[in-house]
Amino acid sequence: MTTRVEAELAERGYTFSELMVAAASREIRDAELVFVGMRLPMLAFLVARRTHAPRAVGLFENGVIRETPSLELLYTMADPPNLRGATQCGQMLDVMGLLQQGRVDVGFLGAAEVDRFGNLNTTWGYRHKEMQRLPGSGGACDIACLAQRTVVLLAHDRGRLCERVGYITSPGFGSGNGWRLKQGLPLMSGPSAVITTLGVLRFGHDGEAYLASVHPGVSVEEVLANTAWTLRVSDELVETLPPSDAELDVMRELDPNHFWTR
Amino acid sequence: MSAESKVVTMREAIARHVPSGAMVLLGAQLEQMIPFAAGHELIRQGRRDLTLVGPISDILFDQLIGAGCVSRVMAAWVGNVSAGVGYCFRRAVERNIPRRIEVVDYSNFTMALALHAAALGVPFLPTYATLGSDLLKKNGNLREFSSPVSEEKLVAVRALRPDVAILHVQRADAQGNAHVWGNLGVVLDAARAARKVIIVAEEIVEPSVIASDPNRTQVAGFMVSTVVHEAGGAHPSPVQGYYGRDHVFFAQYHEETRRLEGFEAWMSHWVLRVADRREYVEKLGASRVEGLGVKEHAFSAPADFGY
Repeated sequence: MTTRVEAELAERGYTFSELMVAAASREIRDAELVFVGMRLPMLAFLVARRTHAPRAVGLFENGVIRETPSLELLYTMADPPNLRGATQCGQMLDVMGLLQQGRVDVGFLGAAEVDRFGNLNTTWGYRHKEMQRLPGSGGACDIACLAQRTVVLLAHDRGRLCERVGYITSPGFGSGNGWRLKQGLPLMSGPSAVITTLGVLRFGHDGEAYLASVHPGVSVEEVLANTAWTLRVSDELVETLPPSDAELDVMRELDPNHFWTR
Repeated sequence: MSAESKVVTMREAIARHVPSGAMVLLGAQLEQMIPFAAGHELIRQGRRDLTLVGPISDILFDQLIGAGCVSRVMAAWVGNVSAGVGYCFRRAVERNIPRRIEVVDYSNFTMALALHAAALGVPFLPTYATLGSDLLKKNGNLREFSSPVSEEKLVAVRALRPDVAILHVQRADAQGNAHVWGNLGVVLDAARAARKVIIVAEEIVEPSVIASDPNRTQVAGFMVSTVVHEAGGAHPSPVQGYYGRDHVFFAQYHEETRRLEGFEAWMSHWVLRVADRREYVEKLGASRVEGLGVKEHAFSAPADFGY
């Protein structure tokens, strides 16, 4: 466990990552079909299952459908503990078909960059003025196109929250109102929340992001200073609810050494 | 009289069926059962100008690119799943080291559809996925069109027919009838789409074992060109029921290949100065191999095919 994790724990009893996981888990409603992904979203799904959404079902792009937590920490979605005890081990097309039918309620994504309209880039980085090739879409573009709601998790800084992504790997609201429909994307789809290390962004009817909540101990000024465009702030801005004891219990049972929640 | 066995050594399988310039599918089951042993043999035999095809292939694509075997990658994701970026991939794309490569970006779904189209024998399949993305703009195998039966825009995903699919499986008979369990990814379509199939099996079993459970037979032997018996051939990726994922190996690869010299040393140690997979497994050492072994068996209940 790093000293930073220890310091965060000593100061407030949870880490920023744990706060993000708790916030992400609350984006899942009971009995929903969830495209899970790895790392923090994986934990968020399991927290949701064990707290407020006991009937949620998890889909993984490798073809796994799962309703119970695996018995060990996972590094990838095809790790043996994720296959043993799965509800079903099928093909990629099986789960992607459910996604394209519009049956997946919410999908989780990470990103290198997100912009003012929720477009994501995981293909090309532009840090330190040099083009950096990143791994690419994986299933992210599919989820962003086809899930009813998309929730994005990433660290909050000016490099990552940029005015306009240089490459749209996974489309959000494009350039604003009506853009998704014009592209031919499903009516019921698009970004729902961006959960960062500083707060939670949501999207207006015009497709532009606004600050919906700030994390405890974070000021609005700090959020604005770390966002590359002039971020709108909700009139009903609230403080993000800290993780409950029940939520933290689940996270620490599954990730006792803070491997993912560092 | 039974048919002649298709079982050959990895060296022979690669020499006979994967020439330079071939389009090769690897990593059909995503993060598990990646045919690393076959990839390392491609490097040792000095293949050049390969086109790599697959949704993701964890660090195997990175290694083949770093070794200079590759001129084109058609994939949804290239990197190191548990550690992050693939440094060889980055060096090749950003600085043409060791050579320039072309990258054709897919999403997982569109890659699966490209293989499914080939498996169905049609020139393309439609999807809504990638609409509005830059993948659609840059990848010539994804084309927007108007649906002939509705008022909708769709993307036509062109069929992809690899020259050879290299598939790692748990067990197969000598004809290549193969049992695969765990997540299937694109393995069924990969086997049907490719012109040739190489099966790499942890175990070669009697045909009666495979025939006892036809629902678990994901690849039928008549589509298979050759079979390789290669225990440990997917390390460091996992094989359900045989061994777990060597997470440390992936982390070490990430650290050691950050610089070009580091990758060259890594490749020399784990690929070039190793004759075959048996030597590689010896190099891993008994305790590491044992540590990755199955700790607790979990057999499925038998299914009754009686009547």
